[in-house]
Amino acid sequence: MNARRFAQQIALAAAPALLAGCVDSQSVLNPQSGEAHDLARLFWIFTTVCSLVWVLVVAALLTLLLRRRRPDSTPETDNLEQQSRKTAVVAGLVALTAVILVLFTLGSFYTTRGLIAPGPHPLLIKVTGAQWWWQVEYEDSDPTQVFSTANEIHIPVGRPVTFDLEATDVIHSFWAPNLMGKQDLIPGHRNSLTLTADKPGEYRGQCAEFCGLQHSHMAFLVVAQTPAEFWAWRQAQLKPAAPPASGQQALGQHLFVEGSCATCHTISGAGAGGKTGPDLTHFGSRSTIAAGLMANTPSNLAAWIKDPQELKPGVNMPQVPLSDHDRGAIVAYLEALK
Amino acid sequence: MTIQTEPPRDSSFDDAVLDQRLTEVWGTKPTLWGWLTTVDHKLIGRRYIVTAIFFLFLGGIAALVMRLQLGGPNAHIVGPDTYNQLFTMHGSTMMFLFAVPVMETIGVFLVPLMIGTRNVAFPRLNAFSYWVYLFGGLMLWTAFFLNSGPDAGWFSYVPLAGPQYGIGKRSDIWAQMITYTELSGLAVAVEIIVTVFKMRAPGMTLDRIPLFVWAALVTAFMIIFAMPAVMVSSTMLILDRLVGTHFFNWAEGGDVLLWQHLFWFFGHPEVYFIFIPATGLISSMIPAFTRREIFGYPALVLSLIATGFLSFGLWVHHMFVTGLPRLGESFFTASSMAVAIPSGIQIFCWIASMWDAKLRLRTPLLFVFGFIINFVIGGLTGVMVASVPIDTQVHDTYFIVAHLHYVLIGGAVFPLLGAIYYWFPKVYGRLLNERLGQLNFWLAMVGFNLTFFPMHLLGLMGMPRRIYTYQPEMGWGPMNLLATVGALIFFASFLLLLFNIVSSLRSRTPATDNPWEAGTLEWATGSPPPPYNFARIPVVSGREPLWDRPNSLPVVTGLRVDRRELLVSTLVDAKPDMLLGSPRPTIWPFAAAMVTSVTLLASIFTPWAVVWGALPIAIVFTGWFWPTGVKEEE
Amino acid sequence: MSSAFAKIGLFAVALVLVGCEREKRDFNAGPPSSAATAEHFERDAYDISQGERLYGWMNCVGCHSHGGGGIGPALSDDNWIYGGTLQQIHDTIRDGRPNGMPAWGARLTDDEIWQIAAYVRSMGRYVAKDVAPSRQDAMQTSKAESRRPRLSPRWGAP
Repeated sequence: MNARRFAQQIALAAAPALLAGCVDSQSVLNPQSGEAHDLARLFWIFTTVCSLVWVLVVAALLTLLLRRRRPDSTPETDNLEQQSRKTAVVAGLVALTAVILVLFTLGSFYTTRGLIAPGPHPLLIKVTGAQWWWQVEYEDSDPTQVFSTANEIHIPVGRPVTFDLEATDVIHSFWAPNLMGKQDLIPGHRNSLTLTADKPGEYRGQCAEFCGLQHSHMAFLVVAQTPAEFWAWRQAQLKPAAPPASGQQALGQHLFVEGSCATCHTISGAGAGGKTGPDLTHFGSRSTIAAGLMANTPSNLAAWIKDPQELKPGVNMPQVPLSDHDRGAIVAYLEALK
Repeated sequence: MTIQTEPPRDSSFDDAVLDQRLTEVWGTKPTLWGWLTTVDHKLIGRRYIVTAIFFLFLGGIAALVMRLQLGGPNAHIVGPDTYNQLFTMHGSTMMFLFAVPVMETIGVFLVPLMIGTRNVAFPRLNAFSYWVYLFGGLMLWTAFFLNSGPDAGWFSYVPLAGPQYGIGKRSDIWAQMITYTELSGLAVAVEIIVTVFKMRAPGMTLDRIPLFVWAALVTAFMIIFAMPAVMVSSTMLILDRLVGTHFFNWAEGGDVLLWQHLFWFFGHPEVYFIFIPATGLISSMIPAFTRREIFGYPALVLSLIATGFLSFGLWVHHMFVTGLPRLGESFFTASSMAVAIPSGIQIFCWIASMWDAKLRLRTPLLFVFGFIINFVIGGLTGVMVASVPIDTQVHDTYFIVAHLHYVLIGGAVFPLLGAIYYWFPKVYGRLLNERLGQLNFWLAMVGFNLTFFPMHLLGLMGMPRRIYTYQPEMGWGPMNLLATVGALIFFASFLLLLFNIVSSLRSRTPATDNPWEAGTLEWATGSPPPPYNFARIPVVSGREPLWDRPNSLPVVTGLRVDRRELLVSTLVDAKPDMLLGSPRPTIWPFAAAMVTSVTLLASIFTPWAVVWGALPIAIVFTGWFWPTGVKEEE
Repeated sequence: MSSAFAKIGLFAVALVLVGCEREKRDFNAGPPSSAATAEHFERDAYDISQGERLYGWMNCVGCHSHGGGGIGPALSDDNWIYGGTLQQIHDTIRDGRPNGMPAWGARLTDDEIWQIAAYVRSMGRYVAKDVAPSRQDAMQTSKAESRRPRLSPRWGAP
């Protein structure tokens, strides 16, 4: 028992220090949407009741240890009075357990019902999981308003957003804990998830279903914005890529489009139309690269292009031989694609 | 018809001569040939348990390497490819090669002793089962060392483990390992059921069966009903991969979720294959340390049976986030919660048993306490993840890793460790050192909680399972380091156990027949028991026969001593029914396991192996079942 | 006795080498491969499967189908216009050929071209059965590479 308490004391003493150092942008404990608040409330109710039950069990063990009698080897039997008293207590506890479980079940049921109630006019976003990145398509009944991006999802605050979830290769799972529970992306199935963000902020999400070599590095960012900011962002995303503004950027564009980059990546308006990797049309506006692996800085991008297999072993992006000069030009071009 | 002379029976000899005669008939020769041919349940059970613990250490070392890798962010101890193989090997080994076999085969060792008979019902099948299991385990680990270790997780979800994304032979090896272990598991289940039903000592009516035997019986039935699901699904996986069927190809009308349904229809009961025998161990150990019968025997038996039934109605709670209909999922929330009731009844009954008792605080009892403290945490987090909304947040995170280890280590390994301390003198004739045992308990307790408690928090902080590394800015580093330190301490507790075992085996002081002054039949015979278990078959008149008649146990007589003979009794009342011969040592089970294993191994590479392998298998089984002319005696 | 042990040891070492090579996931581009050093691509299940992915992604299917041919020649028989060795297939992909085969040298890395070449060799089952790909999670158009009969070794005729 001491060990248990000891471990718990360490955990309790260390918890504030440990939690202080951690980000809360990918955390169940920091809900930022109506749905996540409901989930968190249910979680804390369960946790409180369960902790209480555990404390009572341990208290019972402690008590029976304190009340134990001096051991001798003669076997004994409970007398009838002891038997019936114990039977009554055990039966009472079992009944209490049953009541708690029924309440738990009802609580789960009604929470689930609340979560799947359809909201009005949701924004539709199709998310397709692939090894090991996320393709994001903003759907619209007007085809000119449809656009693609990758690994970064902007949503308006206060409006329900429905994610249509699909997978092209293996099973993935879409999980941004601050906003909502997870939902699998399954080849041959269509799943969806609806949520409404409370307030602006950046929330990280990550693939939660094991999907192969780089399951660890298949993250995404959800950026919740005010409706006005979101609208502005959307308009910018609908435009084709910005033309190169300098000689270096022009060289970068040339190398990108004529070399092996365009084999897999699209930059609309620049003549690069590969479909197997993330769409890079507005690459410079994103805050991370390689599905949340690193911050989007010129030096990180240069390191990534130089040796993707070192940073994300097994990723489908090959190590393309380029001179430092050429690589610098490509980096300059991509970072300018705001 | 010629008049036969009456065969020699145990009624006509005194104890010393009887011992000599029975040892001659039932003994195993201490040679390599004897070792390969033995059908003695004690030797096979012991061998099985030792092998399973060997695999426990292999799986534990795999876990330790993973913990070292996760001890800090962006670590480079192993790469993603090795890490994926490691966690797959860890899970597969712990579930299929350690936990289920060890729990089943404690039954192989203990059940015949606890119910007062001389061997299990099908001794040759028992031997066959061990060899198949051994070859399957060796195949898996050999493949791992050849860089062909499975890498799609112990659950091998398609399409990742399927023909397109499961590259190379890795997933075939996993799927075929399933065939080996399920074959051996089913064989043991069948023999346990028949042994318990038909071979109990006279007087051991259904309500006098030791609780561990009940647990083994319930588990055996569950194995028979659950394992076909995984054998079917792993066969479908092999067929998809090897001959191009389309069971899991959604483009051709297959379905990837079919795999998950079939796997978890087996996989959830599998957790209870491990847990139910563990509760049986607990129920069977407690009386020796409280000096009175267990409280609530009928409630405990019914709880075991209820858990067995309920465990088949829970599988969907592994699939709450796959997009199944929400109302249907709520049913599985209710059934998953309901399984907490029989578990609760058991916990309450154990506490009631120890209440106001003359407690002997020895190592096995400490592990019982550790079991309750840890398992209740796992059980309660189990109630939490049974709730669909909560599960959508914590599913596939480290919260689940914490939960399942609290259930499986807290709920099964702690009882197992207690059981090792408790029954070791019966198996090897030496008591384990008590002071080292207590130290072992505290190390295990501290190490285990330090490893797994922080994982609850990590899961809530957003750390998914099965990631080989994480970035420093995620802030998961300190808690992971804590878990890694805990894992080292926990591993040390197992090394201490190993040391305790080795040093006890070398000690010269033998254990007495009944060192704990316990009441069940296995303590009525020697430590270790003679090859024939009981010189004369005991007659039982209560749940703790040795306490009812402390000085002399009544016996039945009339069994032959010139050949292996057992007493068969009726199913409900355990009235003596007939005498039955029992097989002698034979090489056929070993040969059968060899040809079966070679066939299964070859079928990883070509489907024709099944066709050509059928020939030697047919030959060997013909040899095995060739009538030997020994008549049964009514 | 010791020679028996030596034989077992030798066998084990051979097994390790064969096993490790067949399943190796070699992510890093090593030094440029030549005909002499590129053979490992067609002995490695992972490289062949990567080749298979690229074959689909680069839309080789458009002309060559799943090996049966169409606009372009069939790849799963033993007729090779420009030679059927790994090196020759690699060169064909890299440099292109008259009558429509584009040059991929500027579009793909050299290792990727070796991987596709190794996959192409698996289509006619010029590679070992246990490294050739199994069926795809897609509509079935032909037998999986690993289930096709092995062609007679007339390959490599210049």
